[in-house]
Amino acid sequence: MTEELVVHGLEWTTKQLFVYPNEFIYWSIQIVMYPYMTGLVAGAFVLSSLYHVFGQEDLKDMARFSLVFSLALLPVAMMPLMYHLQQPLRGINVMFTPHFTSAIAAFGIVFSTYALIVISEIWFVYRKYFVEQVAELKGKDDFGSRFMSVLYTILTLGAFDISDAAVAKDKKAVKILAAIGIPVACFLHGYAGFIFGSVKANALWMSPLMPVIFIMSAIVSGIALCMITYIAIMEWKKFKAILARGMGDQSVLHIRGVEMDVVKKASRYLLGFLVAAISLELLDLIFRGYTAMKSWDILREVMYEEDFVKIFILQYGLGNLLPFILLLLPKLDIKRTVVALLLILFGVFMMRWNVVIGGQAFSLSFAGFMHYHIPFWPHNLETYKEGVFGALTVAATPFAIFWVINKVVPSLRYD
Amino acid sequence: MSYSRRDLLKKTLAGTIAASVPLSAFKFLSPAQVKASIGDANVRWAFVVDTQKCVGCGLCVKACKNENEVPYDAPVTRTWVERYVVTKDGKTHIDSPMGGRDGFTDGKIRDKEILPEDISKAFFVPKLCNHCETPACVQVCPVGATYQTKDGVVLVDRKWCIGCGYCIMACPYGVRFFHPVHKVAEKCTFCYHRITKGLESACVAACPFGARQLGNLKDHDDPVAKIIMNERVAVLKDEYGTKPQVFYIGLDTNVR
Ligand code: SF4
Ligand code: SF4
Repeated sequence: MTEELVVHGLEWTTKQLFVYPNEFIYWSIQIVMYPYMTGLVAGAFVLSSLYHVFGQEDLKDMARFSLVFSLALLPVAMMPLMYHLQQPLRGINVMFTPHFTSAIAAFGIVFSTYALIVISEIWFVYRKYFVEQVAELKGKDDFGSRFMSVLYTILTLGAFDISDAAVAKDKKAVKILAAIGIPVACFLHGYAGFIFGSVKANALWMSPLMPVIFIMSAIVSGIALCMITYIAIMEWKKFKAILARGMGDQSVLHIRGVEMDVVKKASRYLLGFLVAAISLELLDLIFRGYTAMKSWDILREVMYEEDFVKIFILQYGLGNLLPFILLLLPKLDIKRTVVALLLILFGVFMMRWNVVIGGQAFSLSFAGFMHYHIPFWPHNLETYKEGVFGALTVAATPFAIFWVINKVVPSLRYD
Repeated sequence: MSYSRRDLLKKTLAGTIAASVPLSAFKFLSPAQVKASIGDANVRWAFVVDTQKCVGCGLCVKACKNENEVPYDAPVTRTWVERYVVTKDGKTHIDSPMGGRDGFTDGKIRDKEILPEDISKAFFVPKLCNHCETPACVQVCPVGATYQTKDGVVLVDRKWCIGCGYCIMACPYGVRFFHPVHKVAEKCTFCYHRITKGLESACVAACPFGARQLGNLKDHDDPVAKIIMNERVAVLKDEYGTKPQVFYIGLDTNVR
């Protein structure tokens, strides 16, 4: 193949029956990752707000952690877009010449607003801690301590007052920010849904329900990811405690107790949002069948034949129904929760996949189909970016970022 | 040299006007072309495709690829020709291998042999960007790289396109693709670089049968405008509300 013939999409698209010549799967795995990661950000934030705004005391530990985690996820929401752009260096143009009739353009603005809210909220939550750290590190003069001391001094932004009155004010600020943050987080993700829902040329995407469906499944996936990361960290702590003090030690039992308690409560919220998400998706499905527009013939064929396994077995069956049952059955334990959570994360991923890839599975001619074969082993930049490894890079990044942030703002300090 | 504000304004205005009339405007051009070349709103380029005249030779596709530097062997193209074969059992068979670039000489449609005696009718439909009145592609472009000129032509600014593909998704006609070399959104421009200089578009010039015509909808003496006003023409996928400006003579319900 000559260099000139690198036709975007040719590598991973196969065509069946009559498809227009220029049609390929143009939006591939990174555009699946994009709403998935954005959804995780929004979901993590909503989870943390349950405590900050609605005072769900039982979620306190989880809330702090998910707030910081949503900060770690934040830059990653943009990453798949950058991976996907044919001209990534020009991505910033969206900020210079935003074109307000375009849903993607306004996304940049909503995203920045949201980022500001998350960062300020975290600052208010941890301000007291920063000040305390500065005091604690005073006088120590190894390099690490000196570095951290300077860092924390900068982070306080000069606000050293930690009197009760000042701290109470911080708390109030957190509450207000969290309250504003909920609609903005929903908007952020609803917006991602709008990017698809407003494409009138695409019969599968074109639905006013798309933004709401996206928000609900975002919250579901966000909560699930926070829970699972929380469990992983607690298990690690437990493991360390066992190593240090032995199985039956008081601290081990205590960690275990706290963990189960938080997990049980969080899973109740999770179930609630899961029900909402599934109902909306089913509503959309039934509505399409009932109204049976011109496009229904091809949609039905994609849903019930071409993509049946992906939609009904993997997404609804494995990703929704099974974890639903697992979480609902009595005597919930950590192992079962973990399985259910992983399945839920998988289910939401499949939902994104089925929307993004499924939406391109049929030709605009309504007379043919296209299939996406995700590149596995990359042999050039394009097959890396739009292939399995590109997606894995995106998926792994938030954990790396979280690890770094957590060094500065310990979200799971156990005291 | 000192200017009063008034002078400066006058000179700027005169300069702007002078600068916006390219040299080509001093050649002998029709008034429509002169207007178009300075982006006049009294010009609305529109296209007429006569499916009854098209024989599926593919000369237009070849000419377009050469004129607009779309890699010749790449399976993407700014314009293409579809073949429709309706058999006596009521089935419609459609194909457009390589956009119909090499003509349709094969009796097979996607590896299926269709016997002449089974055919009830067959025809060809050339496709291209419709340069819609309310283009979905312009609406969604996040940076404004896809834009509409005053004379109705929809263009892509290759220097500004970020390559997100949103416009490709938004166009109901599937005419857009990523240029294999420039890596930006690409599609038919009605040969804007030619028509604003008074030339015919490459495909119109290449068609030996007059199946394609390009003209000014706002000029009532224009032959193309006359066809659109006076004959029975149809557009593709009217239901999307993009108001396409490529009009077809002899469209069939089988056409997608
Ligand atoms: S046919 Fe498609 S690309 Fe051309 S103007 Fe209309 S919406 Fe845009
Ligand atoms: S691919 Fe280019 S022209 Fe198309 S919407 Fe994106 S930036 Fe605009």
